[in-house]
Amino acid sequence: MTMSEDTALDDVESEVEEAPEDEIVVLAQKWKKKRGSLIMALHELQGRLGYVPRESAMKLGREMGIPLANIYEVLTFYNYFKLESPGKYIISVCTGTACHIKGSPKLLHGIENELGIKEGESTPDGEYHLQGVRCLGCCGLAPLASVNGKVYGKQDVTDAHGLLENVKRDEPMHVAAESADAE
Amino acid sequence: MVEMTDMINATINGVPVEVAPGTTILDAARKVHVKIPTLCKHPDLEATGACGICIVKVQNTGKMLRSCCTPLDEGMDILTETPEIVEVRRGVLELTLSRHPNECLTCLRNQNCELQALAADFGMTTSELPNIVPDLPLDTSTKSIVLDPRKCILCGRCITVCQQHQNVWALSFLNRGFKTRIAAAGDIPLADSPCVRCGQCSAHCPTGAIVEYDETVAVWNKLQDPEAYCVVQIAPAVRVAVGEAFGFPIGANLTGKIYASLRRMGFKAVFDTNFGADLTIMEEASEFKSRLLEGTGALPLITSCCPGWVDFMEKFHGDMIDHFSSCKSPHEMVGALSKTYYAEKMGIDPAKIFVVSVMPCTAKKSEIIRSKEMSSSGYQDVDVSLTTREFARMIKQSGIDFVTIPDEQPDHMLGAYTGAGTIFGATGGVMEAALRTAHYYVTGHDAPRVDFEMTRGLEGVKEGKLNVAGKEIRVAVAHGLANVEQVLEKVRAAREAGEELPYHFIEVMACAGGCVGGGGQPYGATNELRAKRAAGLYQEDQAGLWRCSHHNPYIKELYSEFLGEIGGHKAHDLLHTGYQVLPEYKR
Repeated sequence: MTMSEDTALDDVESEVEEAPEDEIVVLAQKWKKKRGSLIMALHELQGRLGYVPRESAMKLGREMGIPLANIYEVLTFYNYFKLESPGKYIISVCTGTACHIKGSPKLLHGIENELGIKEGESTPDGEYHLQGVRCLGCCGLAPLASVNGKVYGKQDVTDAHGLLENVKRDEPMHVAAESADAE
Repeated sequence: MVEMTDMINATINGVPVEVAPGTTILDAARKVHVKIPTLCKHPDLEATGACGICIVKVQNTGKMLRSCCTPLDEGMDILTETPEIVEVRRGVLELTLSRHPNECLTCLRNQNCELQALAADFGMTTSELPNIVPDLPLDTSTKSIVLDPRKCILCGRCITVCQQHQNVWALSFLNRGFKTRIAAAGDIPLADSPCVRCGQCSAHCPTGAIVEYDETVAVWNKLQDPEAYCVVQIAPAVRVAVGEAFGFPIGANLTGKIYASLRRMGFKAVFDTNFGADLTIMEEASEFKSRLLEGTGALPLITSCCPGWVDFMEKFHGDMIDHFSSCKSPHEMVGALSKTYYAEKMGIDPAKIFVVSVMPCTAKKSEIIRSKEMSSSGYQDVDVSLTTREFARMIKQSGIDFVTIPDEQPDHMLGAYTGAGTIFGATGGVMEAALRTAHYYVTGHDAPRVDFEMTRGLEGVKEGKLNVAGKEIRVAVAHGLANVEQVLEKVRAAREAGEELPYHFIEVMACAGGCVGGGGQPYGATNELRAKRAAGLYQEDQAGLWRCSHHNPYIKELYSEFLGEIGGHKAHDLLHTGYQVLPEYKR
């Protein structure tokens, strides 16, 4: 990972600030006693911050008595967790089976070209974050993308530009975290 | 408690086999001289079943199973070598090789690589698959261990040893599927992680994905430099391990050949770290005596010769700093004396002296620059620390016929040693050596028997007590960092409860088996092998003229001519150090 969290933080809207340290202590206290609850704690942390900064992961690890190695195994195993600050628009292109058949890789490539970033990256201005996700659970609408929780179904996979125009026009809420069922 | 259980009877390739319940198919096969190929499985580590190359077929069910992690069942009819099985194994290998760089000729593991050996055994000369190697950067940040994730085959051995055996948690897998890779915890440079440089990851890696930080070129260059006065020292554990690279039996003590080879390479003086070990004992046993009898410091006293352990303590057990012996490790003592005592006596400008230490250890590479005390001579006391593996390569590069070269002697001034110095290379050895001299310091005479067997062997934690002048001394010896916790917890519990201390003296070595199983030693260490290497050291101790450090005449000469008093001002400046609490993560 090359991106500095500090720089990334500056680009993010004010509501996506790092949680105060004591919040993590409270979070750790809440989950510490329940075995196997690391994922739940990380979910909650990402829900508040929009992503899991390394400093927060380390603090959570110290408080919960879990090595950072373990936390990163979990954080990097699940696509859902983000280690870097996401953009203003979080574009999730479904790459599940139904969407794949309907051409979602082409849509993903189109968006990559439009934005000049690769899947998993954010635009330098912090406006967009692009990710491929597994099934979003609405295959009837394939191929689809979701942006900050709003679903854009039955997309024309050759028209990434059009999708992005729609997204901008809709000006969706600056929601930090997506719904948990994205994974 | 021995419980009689029914033995398991089965057949492997038609040969009947009887084993205890729970024995894996892989181990059962060995018993009847059937060799099943393995790749992710290391005999020293728990099976993870990651690679699949050890599959066998159970005729009764027609199932293909991984023999490394499947126990043999009653009545099983196992086949290990059919065209079908071989085809599956070749498939596993082909897939593994398809994402492994074809850099064998320029790899440190060339001709010493488990993957390469399997590729040769299976005749993997062609492949239908493209070679796609992930583009991942090299991590040389520790200057002790080099991580090359491109060469990683994802067997997970390094992770098992780092997390479970060493309790360091510096390494883990990141991501999943095709993107899975090995990385330092939190995806930061290894040097900023909790890594203590023990190098057990490198000693267990089947390929060149984790290797020692090679400094052989720097040493060759110095040896060619007419201005440099190169001196060298070898650690106790090196002498009983380097022979493995030349086909000698495991545990063969090749001290004389090593001295001879080092002189041929061009070293102007050949010292022995065993001398430094004797000196460490002079200082440490004295420290122990005064803490015990005069209360000059905290008890239990904890040994500090092992740099992996020192690093671990500074990162994870900072509350134990007061208990640490202030003695430097033996090779640092020899380094400091090379550039002071030896330089003065021989009339050599210490600025020109270049000290190389040959160690079983990767952590020594970091130790030599760990603090300003490592430059107590006014120069860096040890300039380069090589591992046994690097030393073996240097012998091979130098045109020396190691097998036939006749024995030579060391330069005695910093090279003569006692059996107490030799056994430093095995777990318990430092404790035993210290007890021999501590007994003398406390009572004024040697113990009637200087063999303290309670410190020996490969049990993870060894405890014992002895009576010295009517005083009971309780000791503990731990090796493998995961075993340290229970010993320290006992000390903490007693301290908090205000009870009598469970121990007076604790020895810790980071690697299983002590330095004989060090992270810089030849590959393939198992407990059987560690025991053989250790036996080589104990044999030398048993056969030696002097078995107690305080009997070493060259040590006596060193004190009378140069250092002055044991634990005195000069000894303190050159032979002792301090410790500090370090953060687990540097960022």
